[in-house]
Amino acid sequence: MEEACALLSSLEDAKVLAGGQSLVPLLNFRLARPAHLVDINRIPNLDRIYERDGGVAVQALARQADVEDSQLAARRCPLLVSAVRLVAHRVIRNRGTVCGSLAHADPASELPAVLLALRGHVVARSTRGSRIIPAGDFFTGVMETRLAHDELLVEAWFPASTGRFAIAEESRRHGDFALAGAVRYGDRLALFGVAPTPVLADRIDPTHGLQPSGDLEASPEFRLHLVRVLTEKVFAA
Amino acid sequence: MKVNGVAQPAPADPRRLLSDHLRHDLGLTGTHVGCEHGVCGCCTVLFDGAPVRSCLMLAVQAEGHDVTTIEGLAASDEPLHPVQQAFHECHGLQCGFCTPGFVMSVVGLLHEHPDPTPEQVDEGISGNLCRCTGYASIRRAVRRAAELTQK
Repeated sequence: MEEACALLSSLEDAKVLAGGQSLVPLLNFRLARPAHLVDINRIPNLDRIYERDGGVAVQALARQADVEDSQLAARRCPLLVSAVRLVAHRVIRNRGTVCGSLAHADPASELPAVLLALRGHVVARSTRGSRIIPAGDFFTGVMETRLAHDELLVEAWFPASTGRFAIAEESRRHGDFALAGAVRYGDRLALFGVAPTPVLADRIDPTHGLQPSGDLEASPEFRLHLVRVLTEKVFAA
Repeated sequence: MKVNGVAQPAPADPRRLLSDHLRHDLGLTGTHVGCEHGVCGCCTVLFDGAPVRSCLMLAVQAEGHDVTTIEGLAASDEPLHPVQQAFHECHGLQCGFCTPGFVMSVVGLLHEHPDPTPEQVDEGISGNLCRCTGYASIRRAVRRAAELTQK
């Protein structure tokens, strides 16, 4: 861990490689060309899923498949387990990490919206020390977060989801990125796929202020339609 | 790393993908490369027993680990692996390009769920694309593979 943090603080233009299920495709297509990769996979004792402050703490190397199968997560935070099952396919989840999904911060990704709906946080570590970043502050733009270039996301914390919860999304094919999605926890609603970051919304007027982008798969109007339908769906659950 | 039980040196180039290392450096061309971004599933191999995409890993990351490719399921003078036998019996392939990936995914699926429900079968093969068979015969092959494995 010390070595990884030291490398991140000393190297110019370094990216952390954990599960690689989002980063390696970007490398393969030359969409990302970092000068250095810091592979954290051999750091010992960084793959735990454990109970902390009544919720579930997921460390940086815990695979999505491990969280999917975790008895603790099923008991304490079933919303997290439901959301993980929507992430790509099992073969991808065998390798992909929960913390990696958060650090990657794809706007169409489920887990950032879950962290936001639950008011969870992440723990960032660097040679300068550790700090907690609340979900509400963490996501700043498309694939951009508050993590500094020398910080490693070592843990995510998901509060217990004891209230009513649901997650729903629409995608062209099973396992694809969502065109739009909604996470409900109690009265809280978080949306994904419709803004540069996951956003909290009002269930009565969920599309208020949204200006989703359009692409070949969905127009902005269709995404707004999906938001209304998915919001109804998660609150009917 | 061990590939199909045989110790192999790491590639000289740290940027080498595991899929390219298997095919170009080790000559194990049964692992196919379709999309190279994790969508098609053709490059699926077992990594310490669990199916993963070999195009989404660097070969150096496999150092100290066990990798099993389609060539490692059954030697050429041995009977087919039950999953291979089932695909053969049920016509679970036509052109065969996707088949190594499907077979490795199904080996992983049956390891986790020896008697999978139809939903588990669909979930288990949903990460692999086939453009020929239409999946019905592949589903049958998974059921047959479960029977053959349990015998």
